[in-house]
Amino acid sequence: MVPYITPLIGGVLIGISAFFLLFFLGRIAGVDGVVWGAVSAQPDNAWRWLFVVGLVLGPLLYHTLLDTPYPQASPLQWWHAAIGGLLVGFGVKLGSGFTSSQGVLGIVWFSARYLVAAVIFMSTGIATLYAIRHLVPGL
Amino acid sequence: MRNVIALLCGLVFGVGLAVSGMTDTAKVLGFLDVLGNWTPDLAFVIGAAVCVILITFPFVMRRKSPLMSLRFLLPTTKFINGQLVGGAALYGIGWGLYGYFPGSAMSSLLYQDWKTAIFVAAMLIGMALANKVSAN
Repeated sequence: MVPYITPLIGGVLIGISAFFLLFFLGRIAGVDGVVWGAVSAQPDNAWRWLFVVGLVLGPLLYHTLLDTPYPQASPLQWWHAAIGGLLVGFGVKLGSGFTSSQGVLGIVWFSARYLVAAVIFMSTGIATLYAIRHLVPGL
Repeated sequence: MRNVIALLCGLVFGVGLAVSGMTDTAKVLGFLDVLGNWTPDLAFVIGAAVCVILITFPFVMRRKSPLMSLRFLLPTTKFINGQLVGGAALYGIGWGLYGYFPGSAMSSLLYQDWKTAIFVAAMLIGMALANKVSAN
């Protein structure tokens, strides 16, 4: 077994999905943008909702066909989820897209902008996790 | 036909997230735990996806328009400003707090953990707030 074969396969699938969406529909597969467009009732919206439906059904397909268990539910508290979600949503919209939209496609043609964003969110992410796990256990 | 493609793209994206373990908050948080028990999986996911895009991008660039739409809708902002820096900083804190980014949170709704629903609802509220802030 090649080490990290499943992350590599997953990455290839994500890349193929992004390519197809761009090639056929001319859209960037930034999940934040697609989801926001769907709920904020943009015109020509059906494709966004269907993309979101696919996003949720994709894991069902994987776990069912390959008979793999669902990942363990997060042991964190509900307010971690609430604050985390709020900050991710606020941040991603303020910075207009980070992981899928900029991280994957952005590396190709917006490198400077993406690199700055990536260095910053990695740093604050690492610092936050460090604080929770090692500095203030129980936070 | 556009809708079928969109559904398929979502499906493939969702399968990709699940296969790679990105719907598992423990694995995603593990990528940030560089000073503890580091799991580098996310780097391989991004690396593989970038390779696919690098290989396929010339096929996109050769075309004047996408196959099923009038034109390519690509982001146009190229500059680095306070919104990018502040947005990225907050995004990182949110990621480090719970271990989801937008894609992984949406796909994880399948697992029917109510905390994921809270995350997604809060994320949408956050997006709405950011829209208000940038509009002012």
